[in-house]
Amino acid sequence: MSDISSQLQEQILTAAAEKQPLQIVGGGTKAFMGRQIEPGQEILSLAGHSGIVSYHPVELVLTARAGTPLIELEAALNEHNQMLSFEPPVFGETATLGGTLACNLSGPGRPWWGSVRDQVLGIKMINGLGEHLRFGGQVMKNVAGYDVSRLQAGALGTLGVLTEVSLKVLPKPSDSRTLVFEAGADEALSIMNRRAAEPKPLSGACWLDGKLYLRLSGAHSAVASTAGYWGGKPLEYAEDFWQQLRDQQLPFFNAASEQPLWRFSVNPTARIPRLDGRWLIDWGGAQRWYLGQEGQGPADKAEMERLAAAAGGQVSLFRGGDRSAEVMHSQPEAMQRLQQRLKQAFDPDGLFNRGRLYSWM
Amino acid sequence: MSQAETTGIKRNRQALAERFRAFIDPEYVISDDETLKPYECDGLSVYCEMPMLVVLPETVEQVQKVLQICHAEGVPVVARGAGTGLCAGAMPHPEGVVLSLAKFNRILEIDPLARAARVQPGVRNLAISEAANAHGLYYGPDPSSQIACTIGGNVAENSGGVHCLKYGLTVHNLLGVELLTVEGERLSIGSEGLDNCGADLLALLTGSEGLLGIVTEIRVKLLPTPEVAQVVMAGFDSVQTAGDAVGSIIAEGIIPGGLEMMDSHAIVAAEAYAKAGYPVDAQALLLCEVDGTEEEVHEHIDAVEALFRRLGATSVRTSHSEEERARLWKGRKSAFPAVGRISPDYYCMDGTIPRSQLAHVLTEMDRMSQAYGLRVANVFHAGDGNLHPLILFDANRPGELERTEEFGAKILELCVEVGGCITGEHGVGVEKIRQMPKQFNEQELAQFHRIKAVFDPDATLNPGKGVPTLRQCQEYRSLDMNIEPNAGAAAQHNGRCSHE
Repeated sequence: MSDISSQLQEQILTAAAEKQPLQIVGGGTKAFMGRQIEPGQEILSLAGHSGIVSYHPVELVLTARAGTPLIELEAALNEHNQMLSFEPPVFGETATLGGTLACNLSGPGRPWWGSVRDQVLGIKMINGLGEHLRFGGQVMKNVAGYDVSRLQAGALGTLGVLTEVSLKVLPKPSDSRTLVFEAGADEALSIMNRRAAEPKPLSGACWLDGKLYLRLSGAHSAVASTAGYWGGKPLEYAEDFWQQLRDQQLPFFNAASEQPLWRFSVNPTARIPRLDGRWLIDWGGAQRWYLGQEGQGPADKAEMERLAAAAGGQVSLFRGGDRSAEVMHSQPEAMQRLQQRLKQAFDPDGLFNRGRLYSWM
Repeated sequence: MSQAETTGIKRNRQALAERFRAFIDPEYVISDDETLKPYECDGLSVYCEMPMLVVLPETVEQVQKVLQICHAEGVPVVARGAGTGLCAGAMPHPEGVVLSLAKFNRILEIDPLARAARVQPGVRNLAISEAANAHGLYYGPDPSSQIACTIGGNVAENSGGVHCLKYGLTVHNLLGVELLTVEGERLSIGSEGLDNCGADLLALLTGSEGLLGIVTEIRVKLLPTPEVAQVVMAGFDSVQTAGDAVGSIIAEGIIPGGLEMMDSHAIVAAEAYAKAGYPVDAQALLLCEVDGTEEEVHEHIDAVEALFRRLGATSVRTSHSEEERARLWKGRKSAFPAVGRISPDYYCMDGTIPRSQLAHVLTEMDRMSQAYGLRVANVFHAGDGNLHPLILFDANRPGELERTEEFGAKILELCVEVGGCITGEHGVGVEKIRQMPKQFNEQELAQFHRIKAVFDPDATLNPGKGVPTLRQCQEYRSLDMNIEPNAGAAAQHNGRCSHE
């Protein structure tokens, strides 16, 4: 619960002087993500840089230090019946706000309530020159200067060290219920997309093991009437289901320890490729998890990328597999050059999370 | 500019025009002063500059060639959509080419099931919603210029509108863009999915004011058209009470589709113009629009009405038909022209503030208004804290525009002081470049310059806009301290028109 930004700055300046690469660590719950850490990196710990700086429920704005645990934020918001609308996955009690933004992680409500990137209003960060900078702000709209805040989403800390994040928060919906339908993957995708095009309070659409789950959230009357009109079977303990989906605690994900877990981010209407193995569809079709067939070797990354591109999107190796190779979707050469130059613009000595995102960064 | 310089530009102009005419329809390469004239400014006409040339290419390959030639010759390129922008972001460069994307006006694809549209940058904002309407869908952001403004311009400025609190800005409603770099290299940013691997370049490009690249195609999200929308209008006898009412709606857990506030000057002007039935004796007026399913809207409208009454609204009226809803909005939507009728000229500001600071900011503004002897009417996107003070002035009175600009600058500085920012949706352009150092320090501005250099090392894309050079910042500072800057010339407002 303290501000250690000057210590962080000092450590970065020393590292810059010694050209000592740094590995940024928050709560350590997302160590499995990105590429394997190259040896010789010194840990820069954000865990001590924690605490809510300001929270104004009526303004719908919360500002917290990057090392603040998500569960602490959720508890504070809960008191005012508000929430982090991007439903961040909590991969462990120590999972932090900064790590969530750096990894651009959002939960099941993302297509309807926005992602962590969407809800970020401003950040403070330390760049590779050891400068503590502020971008964006604590207001909903701010178009002065380049959007450096949202740029950080997905960068895996390669552009700098996030120290503070301001977010838009939202009231919790007053009611929620989940409907379950028997459906194959193709049929489920078609239903999800058709339902999402209706002006109804849909807030989650997931398919797993022959069952389609549709979540409705909003005013009680709207949820009740839509549920009546859509039919389906009500799901008991629905809140647990969506939380387990969010945090990858469903049995589907447990199998991931043996088979690598692939994440497809694609056109929500794209057909599911005919592949051996298992699929879980989330985000109304826009996010799909794939696990290879038990007992078979890992899927070929180039083949996965070809499938993702055919579906209008990208794929990454989310968990497991060979993490010394590339785990993110390949970039065309022109994009590689651009991203390398962007990295240099923030971190000229390549101090931060070297090789974590791509081997060439 | 000296005689010799002018002659030099004219010579370059004809030579360059001939090169462009080799691959662009000669009619769409404009090089005569008379036809160039309409391009001298955007929606902020106090800043203008004659361009060297205007080109209106029709294909991506043509744009690519224009960029390649300009890059090789070091010629500045200023991209332009419909020219409705309000920060002089599309003001031409005297030695540069205006790259108009007006011919890129086709909607390439509407995918109703995926709720997305692929459009060219010159497509008008409203045209997307009109085309999507057949599928029960629409495009969310609705800047007040939506009849005319283009989606490419919206991407460049990260445009907002009156529905941002619930539906977000342009950046929240994009999936991807096709980009040409300053060298004319093609890049795809984003995809048909909701996110992509690596740093979010789509967010970086959105709102970058044409400084980083030229967008040639855009994939936008479409939203289902709400079943119902109803608006509650309420008059209040103080701005403070109206501000509290806004907070109470949010505290109730309601996120209105639109939530607008007007002060007494704006109410009187709008009512005289639009006859919307506004209470002209009120000190503040709120328009709260709730949209969603029928049941939800009924539930929330009842709650909002009750809340307004409980908080002491002097009048409350709810729309019960689409005509009535349109009438209630008409006053707000015509607030700018309405204010234009009660004053020879007006200057629209675009600061944002934390909502809790509203009463303080309005009181301060009132004080300044008296000190400057200039009236100011306020229109406020209350839901998202975006304030549009309209300063009333008469450009024909010597010195009044300068006083207006100074007053405006003070308002923006006040916004920054209370925790807000200098622009919520209009962008920086030329207009607010002097206020950038108020919001960002030198290290932050230097970081912006390094980002710019990644995309455009020679700084030929829309030069002089968006981010001040560190030298400019030093000059602003000496001006602020009333010290004569040594260079002198840089202290002048680049491109200010006399409009004699």
